[in-house]
Amino acid sequence: MSTNAIAIENLKSGAQPWTATLHEWVTTVDHKRIGILYILYALCYLVVAGLEALIIRVQLVHAHNSFVSPQVFNRMFTMHGTTMIFFVAMPILFGFANYLVPLMIGARDMAFPRLNAFSFWLTALGGLLLYFSFLGGNGLYGAGNAPDAGWWAYAPLAAKAFSPGHSSDYWTIALLVSGFGSIGTAINILATVLCMRCPGMHLGRMPLLVWLNLVMSGMVLIAVTPLSAAQLMLLVDRYLGGHFFDTQAGGSATLWMHFFWIFGHPEVYILILPAFAFMSEIIPVFSRKPIFGYPVMVGATVFIGFVSMSVWAHHMFTIGMNSYANSFFTITSMAVGIPTGIKIFNWLGTMWGGRIQFKTPMLFCLGFLFQFLIAGLTGIMLASSPFDWQLGNSYFVVAHFHYVIVGGILFALFAAFYYWYPKFTGRLLSERLGKLHFWLFVIGFHVTFDVMHIPGILGMPRRIYTYEPGRGWEGMNLIVTVGAFIQALAILVFVWNLVVSYWKGVKAGNDPWDAWTLEWSVSSPPPTYNFASIPTVASRRPLWDMKHPEDPDYRYE
Amino acid sequence: MKIYRLLAASLCLSAIDGAAQQVSSTNIFAPASTPARTIFGLSVFVLVLTAAIFCVVFTLLVYSVVKFRDRSADAGREPAQIYGSTQIELAWTIIPVLIVVVLFMATARVIHAIQDAPKPPAALDVTVIGHQFWWEFRYPKLGIITANELHIPVSDPAHPTPTFLKLMSADTDHSFWVPELGGKTDLIPNRVNEMWIDPPRAGIYLGQCAQYCGTQHAKMLLRVSVDSRADFAAWVRAQQQPAVQDTKVTAGRRVFETTSCINCHTVSGTAANGRFGPDLAHFMNRSTLASGAAENTIANLRLWLKNPDAIKPGSLMPAMQLSDADLDALTAYLETLR
Repeated sequence: MSTNAIAIENLKSGAQPWTATLHEWVTTVDHKRIGILYILYALCYLVVAGLEALIIRVQLVHAHNSFVSPQVFNRMFTMHGTTMIFFVAMPILFGFANYLVPLMIGARDMAFPRLNAFSFWLTALGGLLLYFSFLGGNGLYGAGNAPDAGWWAYAPLAAKAFSPGHSSDYWTIALLVSGFGSIGTAINILATVLCMRCPGMHLGRMPLLVWLNLVMSGMVLIAVTPLSAAQLMLLVDRYLGGHFFDTQAGGSATLWMHFFWIFGHPEVYILILPAFAFMSEIIPVFSRKPIFGYPVMVGATVFIGFVSMSVWAHHMFTIGMNSYANSFFTITSMAVGIPTGIKIFNWLGTMWGGRIQFKTPMLFCLGFLFQFLIAGLTGIMLASSPFDWQLGNSYFVVAHFHYVIVGGILFALFAAFYYWYPKFTGRLLSERLGKLHFWLFVIGFHVTFDVMHIPGILGMPRRIYTYEPGRGWEGMNLIVTVGAFIQALAILVFVWNLVVSYWKGVKAGNDPWDAWTLEWSVSSPPPTYNFASIPTVASRRPLWDMKHPEDPDYRYE
Repeated sequence: MKIYRLLAASLCLSAIDGAAQQVSSTNIFAPASTPARTIFGLSVFVLVLTAAIFCVVFTLLVYSVVKFRDRSADAGREPAQIYGSTQIELAWTIIPVLIVVVLFMATARVIHAIQDAPKPPAALDVTVIGHQFWWEFRYPKLGIITANELHIPVSDPAHPTPTFLKLMSADTDHSFWVPELGGKTDLIPNRVNEMWIDPPRAGIYLGQCAQYCGTQHAKMLLRVSVDSRADFAAWVRAQQQPAVQDTKVTAGRRVFETTSCINCHTVSGTAANGRFGPDLAHFMNRSTLASGAAENTIANLRLWLKNPDAIKPGSLMPAMQLSDADLDALTAYLETLR
């Protein structure tokens, strides 16, 4: 192991006009800066889509509320879902991948730095197009001003007959444009991981974060392309007289469902694999042990990648497929639970016999494990198709996927923020604010989403702007709304922590967590081209080998 | 998790206590028809199994967090570095595989029992057509067309007379969901779906559209009236009569026939033969207006005719800008359509 931690001096000093700094950031092709751009961009949309969620929750606080009109409510849940998936979760995870993958494999940048910048700006343009619909969506019809067909935009609701004006066009083009951005980034990560690893780092020595992002990128290539194809077909329907999804001219509504969900379900794994990646890096460091069962973890990831491509129609159990199709998608959906379960057990195995340090990143990891366990089990319930005939499209499903996305992915992201923020900025986030953030968010999360399962069991469908009194839904909805505001408060603490610690945080040094992967061998923040000389590695934990020459990993691997 | 199950169980009990009342709850754990009951049985099995898994994994998680937490005594020392174990990996691969196999078998049995159930000759056929934002019910063998409130006979388990629903859509996707009677099935344009229900007890069962279908998806409510044999026969006879022709309300009928009402609604024996809106021949037979959005009272009906958006903003029925006198006459006319 020959890590060269000598920083390449930043040639530019701090004293330059702000326009020059701005110009540098806009024209940058540095993977670290692009990563940070992705993350900041996604954080802005997190706040916007969070506010949309609060509007939804205020409207549902009691029966027959009239805080917003049905039209506005429908726009809010459409924009909330679309924004959170495409302009928060995807970019923020790409941001971390961009920043971390080259550092962890000992590379100086991504394989295609200019494609990298291009992909980011496409994604950024997509988000702006989506939100421009609030201004430009009216069209000549005076129709609704933002997309309101739900984030699945089921045919024929997004067809010209049911969605006049331009709101659906903005939705379509926004997703098409950001989809090309995602494909570009996926190609870039694939090429980087396959071609840019430092000497000694064969596939079996890559950190799990890199493995998981490799599989994730392969899935993006396969899953986002059908979505882009479907968007093009929808545009053909809307403007060139096509009839793919135009049911009034004999088109097929179920065709759109298949196209959408063959993207939509792998998408869930595209989002959760990077979350698994954070877990697989952070849990070992704070348990002071290597990851338990590395080869099995890699195998389980690849298995998830393949099986997740054959489960999409479990979103369609109620569309009247025959009993054989329903049985097939039941067993494939349940089968995904096996590698996922293996992963949970391996994280537990990593903690077992360790010396667990309850720093804020680890707290979020434990929250993840607890909540992801429950999300997986409610997922098994929904995979059992007859049970899904009752639970599908009810608030139970809404609670389930928020358990995955908030309780799982967002908790993993918070863990990643607390863990890598010192690498990004050179300063640690405040532990005190971090613990406050953690506990507030845990309480808010459980008040919101535990309770949300119950109205679903009591027959409350999703996407309704109001509901009838006397069905046992009112009290539950009130509690859920209170929980949503507690979460909002926790997010404020988090943002405050991000801002204050940037100037006032404790100086981090190269390696504040006593960790083992290559990114901790360079300065914080890392110099422009990461490594003054390309390192050579002999095991999965190069920094462990360096710190413990008497007991290096490569003797056991 | 446990809390949910306790809550669900208590909700279920309270629903059984309340079975004597007329109107049902919308609780999926209070099944009142064979498909719903079969699903409920499977649900309990899945819930018990997942609760058991939860308890095991949660215990392991809590144990390792407590047992292996960092103590000041061993500060600075690294624990034993363990890289994995083939036996343990095999164990926690094979056990989940077995659990999945068991779950799948139980599920497949229920899928088959519900979806491939044979249709007895005594079954009643009803065609359900979803519209933005109301339900059309057609009884092809009985020659009846009605809306929003489905009437079906009780099905005596000894001599079952289940109701088989054919589900279609006139515009966007909808979904038929009455939780106590069965799971939901979508109504999709250019596609015919089927489901069946066989409630053994009379009563009103509530539900609503469960697939987002546009602005007023929330107020596309469903009422299923399960009638005793005699009540159902009486209802069928009443529905098969032509619409009442009351000479006292000729003025209202003239308003009805000379405005655009007739473009969308049908009343047998009049000029009205539209198909976009509900059939009104026996409109007063229904207890609600606007697909369950309001009770069918004179005041609500007049408000609905005057300004539909006041009851259901975004519904496709236009306000006809009638004078107060015309509104009164039209309301009086519709009130006679029993």
